[in-house]
This record gives sequence, C-alpha cells and structure tokens, in this order.
Amino acid sequence: MIRFINASKRYSSGFDALKNVSFHLAQGEMAFLTGHSGAGKSSLLKLIALLERTSRGQVLINNYNLAKVSRRNIPYFRRNVGIIFQDHQLLFDRTVFDNVALPLIIAGFSRREVGKRVRAALDKVGLLNKEKKYPITLSGGEQQRVGIARAVVNKPPLILADEPTGNLDPQLSAEIMGLFQDFSEVGVTVLVATHDIALISQLPYRVLTLEEGKLISDTGAK
Amino acid sequence: MGAKKRKIQNKPNIATRVKSYFISHVQVFFYSLGQLSRAPLSTLMTSMVIGIALALPTGLHTLLKNAQQLSGGWESTTQISVFLKRNISESQAQKLKSDIQNWTDVAAVQYISRKQALKEFQKLSGFGDALKALNSNPLPSVLIVKPKLTDNSHQLTQQLLNRLNQLHQTDKAQLDMQWVRRLYAIMEIVERGVLILGGLLALAVLLVMGNTIRLAIQNRSKEIVVMKLIGGTDAFIRRPFLYTGFWYGLFGGIIAWLLVSFSLFSISGPIEKLTLLYQNQFALSSLSFFTTLILLALSIFLGLVGSWLAVSRHIKEIEPE
Repeated sequence: MIRFINASKRYSSGFDALKNVSFHLAQGEMAFLTGHSGAGKSSLLKLIALLERTSRGQVLINNYNLAKVSRRNIPYFRRNVGIIFQDHQLLFDRTVFDNVALPLIIAGFSRREVGKRVRAALDKVGLLNKEKKYPITLSGGEQQRVGIARAVVNKPPLILADEPTGNLDPQLSAEIMGLFQDFSEVGVTVLVATHDIALISQLPYRVLTLEEGKLISDTGAK
Repeated sequence: MGAKKRKIQNKPNIATRVKSYFISHVQVFFYSLGQLSRAPLSTLMTSMVIGIALALPTGLHTLLKNAQQLSGGWESTTQISVFLKRNISESQAQKLKSDIQNWTDVAAVQYISRKQALKEFQKLSGFGDALKALNSNPLPSVLIVKPKLTDNSHQLTQQLLNRLNQLHQTDKAQLDMQWVRRLYAIMEIVERGVLILGGLLALAVLLVMGNTIRLAIQNRSKEIVVMKLIGGTDAFIRRPFLYTGFWYGLFGGIIAWLLVSFSLFSISGPIEKLTLLYQNQFALSSLSFFTTLILLALSIFLGLVGSWLAVSRHIKEIEPE
C-alpha cells in the first residue's frame, strides 16, 4: 500500500529532512513510525499526504506514483487518506456531527447517507451521544476521537496519524491505539507517527525508526 | 491511488454527486447569508460603501436622463428668426411671408412688423423710456419661421436656415435654438463624465470587495486548511466566498437604489416648483424598472468578480503546514 523507494526530502532552506528512505507497508498492515522530534516523522507523513513532494526517489501509494498526481488532483487523492493530527484540526464553530460530516459533504454524498455514515463513525469512537455538541465542550481525548471519526468516516483505505496521543494520558492513549488496531483488522493500512516508546513497546506491531532523516531500524512486517 | 486501480467503495455514484452538487450550492447560498447576518454591522458598512459608490453614478445618470427628457421638448419649439433688410416694405414682407409659407419644409410663418417689434420690445425689455429717446425705430421687421419637424430635423433645419439666409430680402436669419444645441453638447460631455466616474467607482467597488473577501479568507484560514487536508477542491473552498460576494453585491445594489430613489424624491418638490415658475409641466422621473434591473445586475456582477479575484489569489496561498 505504501512503498518508499530511496525517497529524500530536502527543504528549500537546504535542510535534509529525509535521506534515502525505503520501506514497504502492505495493505491492512499497521506500523509505528518513531524517532526524536526533527527526525523526519512529520516529513514522511507529509510526503504520503502530498503536503510535500519528494526531492529525490519515489513514493508509491497502492502502486501509484505520487509524482504523477497533479496539483488539481491532490484533493481527490487526499479523500482516500484519513489523516489524524495531534491538534485534531477540528472546526470549533461547527458541531461534532458537522465536523465528522465534512469529508462526506465534500465528496458529495446524499444527506441520508451522510447521516448514516457519520453516526456509524461516531458510534465506533464512542461519541454517538455527543453529535450535537461543539468540540470546545469536549475533553482532549474526546476531541481526538472526533478527529478519528472524521478521518475514517469516508472509509479510506489508508490512515495516517501524527502524534495522535501526544496530549493524552496512558489510558486514553491505549484506547486510541485500540481503535487503530480495529481499523487495521478490517483491511485498512495504518501508519502512526509517535515518540511514545512506552506505548508502542507494549504493542505487537512493526516499528520504523527514523534518525536525522535516515531509516535506522525496521522491525519488519509481523 | 485507488481511483485508477480499483473501484473505490466509498464514492457516491454520479447521480448522487450531481444532486449533492446542486444541494450544496443552495446550502452555501444560505449559509453565506447566515454568516453575514451574524456580523450585521460590518456587513451593513461594507454594503453601504458599495451602495454609495454605485449610487453616485446611478443618480447622476438619472438626473442626466431627466435633463435630456426636459430639453427634448425644446427642440420642437425650434424657430428661425429672419431679420429683413430695412428697405423692405410691409407689402413686400407680406408677399415674402406667403412665399415662404408654401415651402414644403415650413410649418408656419409669422410676420412681426417694425412697429409691433418695437411695442413688444418696449413692453418686455424694460428699456421703454430709452427707446423713446431715439428718433427712429431701430428694429427691423421679422419673419418667424417654424420648420416642419421630421426625424432628421436637425439637418433639414440647417438647410432651411441656409436658404433663408440666401434670400436677397434677408438681412440675417438666425436659429433661435442654438443654445439648445450647445446644451446638448454640454450634456454629452457630462454623460461622458458620468461614464468615467461610474467606471472609476466600479473599480473602487471591486477593490472594496476584494479587500473584504481577503479579510474573510484570512479569518477562516484554519477552516480552509482543514478543508484542503480532507480533500476539499479549490472550487468547494471558493464557493462560500463567492456567494458572500454575491450577497454584498445585492445588498450594495439595493442600498444604491434606496439612496437614489430617496434623493430624487427629496429634490422632486423643489424641481416641480422651479418648473412651475417656467410654466412648464415637468415631473422628475425616478429610476425605471429597467435601470433598477441593470443596477442590481451590475452590483451583483461586481461583487462576484471582486470576490473571485480575491479568492483565486489568496486561496492558493493558504496551504496546510
């Protein structure tokens, strides 16, 4: 599903964020991406979400070379990638329901379908009773779960998460990871960037470790 | 990815998407109105700026149209004064009068003898006493010739004037309505001026619109980032801002209409008084239905174009980090 072939990213400032990174993540596989801050985790995710382009090398998603996606087609590509952010990126002037519905409205689903899918996604993250609330009234963990519901409501084949548990206590973090496990079990590819070593050491998943832009260890597919 | 490789299960079918497209337009149409109504004061102020900028040329245009209508009536009173040479006797003058009356392009001829002219002059000019001091009557006898009016009466009148001037009995033939023509020329200049002013103010509306939408985009940059992250196309993100421009344009147009109508109404009283003093029946006409339609269409157009310019420039600048 995700294949990096000698991918490098150099920013216009001259900083090399990624150097010759190669790995392959199969469909339905779940993996952690770890390393110190500044090691290149975010840059790697940005290449997959087409927020940045590779300087050298290739990134293939579902065997499709991302270099071939034109600027115009980026929105359509992103609809197939559910992205979860550390700071949730929720819209605070809209209800939980409206936040989660946004990807479906953008994709042009009918109102009935939107309602059905949003409630299914909220049910999955355990927030069905909060659909009319505004995100600001929710706790940090709940806001993160709204972000997850929004990322999966469109049933994307690929989920990226950037420090999804950054601000959460261990128990909430474990719950969030549980959700990702569920998604990967139904065939969704999940890549989670985190520096929470304690959390990932308890889980039986593949770990990719970056250091100064290089992939220094890969525990391999499990 | 998948779009090309395999059919993705999470995409609505084409009919649903077309339907959703129209529904979303209607939703955004009212959503943007709702957004504006949440900040009524700033909405009103921006609309006022647009309204005033549009009211100025619209009002001037309407006044000009009224002036043209008013002076249009004067053309029909065109007449040529033919001053006869002093050695023409009264009977010769009468003969000339009946000759000219037979010309095809002449509607009527009136003869004013020297005595009549003097009497009239004494009565109207207020120089009665001064004239009495003169030994002889200084005024010539006059034939007042009214041309027949046709579509190109201006040219025909000119020809008639030339012919009258060439008569050997004529001292001088003079078109009394020369000043109307000058007025027309002046009005043409004013018309140009209104056009230029309108153009400049339309440009100002575009700039105001562009700036307003630019601020709106900045205020909602976070929302734009989120939209882009979850696959919103530029068109989708652009839409609410374009409708905002539409509403501003519409409100501005309505305000311009109100301003012009109210102004015309408030000066119609004094103008009526003035025209009565000239023993003239004239009612100031307000904005016609057609002009109103054009005003609204134009202001909506300006609102849309202004926001389009701002949106297409600034939306590309806001990219997720």
